[in-house]
Amino acid sequence: MKFSIYRYNPEKDDKPYMQDYEVELQHSDRMLLDAILRIKAMDDSLGLRKSCREGVCGSDGMNINGKNGLACITPLKDLKEPVILRPLPGLPVIRDLIVDMSQFFKQYHSIKPYLVNDNPPPQKERLQSPEDREELNGLYECVLCACCSTSCPSFWWNPDKFVGPAALLQAYRFIADTRDDATSERLDNLEDPYRLFRCHTIMNCADVCPKGLNPTEAIGKIKEQMVKRMV
Amino acid sequence: MVNRIVVGAHYGLRDWLLQRISAIVMALYSVAFLLCFLPRLPLDFEEWHAWFAHPVGKIATLLFMLSLLLHAWVGVRDIFMDYIKPFGLRFSLQVLVILLLLVYALWAVALLWSI
Repeated sequence: MKFSIYRYNPEKDDKPYMQDYEVELQHSDRMLLDAILRIKAMDDSLGLRKSCREGVCGSDGMNINGKNGLACITPLKDLKEPVILRPLPGLPVIRDLIVDMSQFFKQYHSIKPYLVNDNPPPQKERLQSPEDREELNGLYECVLCACCSTSCPSFWWNPDKFVGPAALLQAYRFIADTRDDATSERLDNLEDPYRLFRCHTIMNCADVCPKGLNPTEAIGKIKEQMVKRMV
Repeated sequence: MVNRIVVGAHYGLRDWLLQRISAIVMALYSVAFLLCFLPRLPLDFEEWHAWFAHPVGKIATLLFMLSLLLHAWVGVRDIFMDYIKPFGLRFSLQVLVILLLLVYALWAVALLWSI
């Protein structure tokens, strides 16, 4: 199978270049990550992140034939040759397919991704009704792979000011949580022309999410909450 | 990477709502306008004149114009926020657009009230 992979080692290379590889696949190779690991065995200078190899850790996010995705859950049979692999767009490249995610995680931290509740905790646990718990489905599954945020032009242009789809989905995960008491502060934190409202609803995020989540919908619900508390 | 980013200007929702509401006003006006005039085509000058001279036509058109200008303001400002990075340039462009839109608003009023 033919591959064309983005290579850049800032210590050696003046500028990035694309390197072609041809790799013999084995019967057991099902996912893109399997093929990349075969390439890595041929050329150990190729840099990439990977860990769980089953779409849970979110480390091997990359741009696959022009669309962001997780290599470990992208079936090889669906890919057109040569498979063009690039690092996630819009983030600084550390080496080859490895990007610097600091800005992404900084935005994630800015939405306080933890439960805020000043009431003394009950003996066992803070219970939710099944309906309230239902609201968190489609939100909590996010693995923070950054595929969505790095496919969002608003995040490319203003990564320092726009929170980005991944962190906004997480923000709504806590706004929607009935056990959280800081809803109003969370909405205040986002009610800024940059932080939330750079989203122009183009839905690239929902298109690429490897977990099938819909950050655009979550962003819409945050706006809905803001309107509700205003009128 | 810049460490100190000042965000938290609390007018995001207001502008977003303004854009939606002005869009609804424009859509309603456009539909009403077409419904009024399509069946009566071809129109002569007298009919046009009578419509815009009538207070309802005048106020509806003015409302449409104001919605258009406000909608344009939020849209153009969004484009500047997305693409124009230097603060001085962004600020100057925004002031320029505000002034231009104000001129348009006054112009629209002058036109409508000259009929």
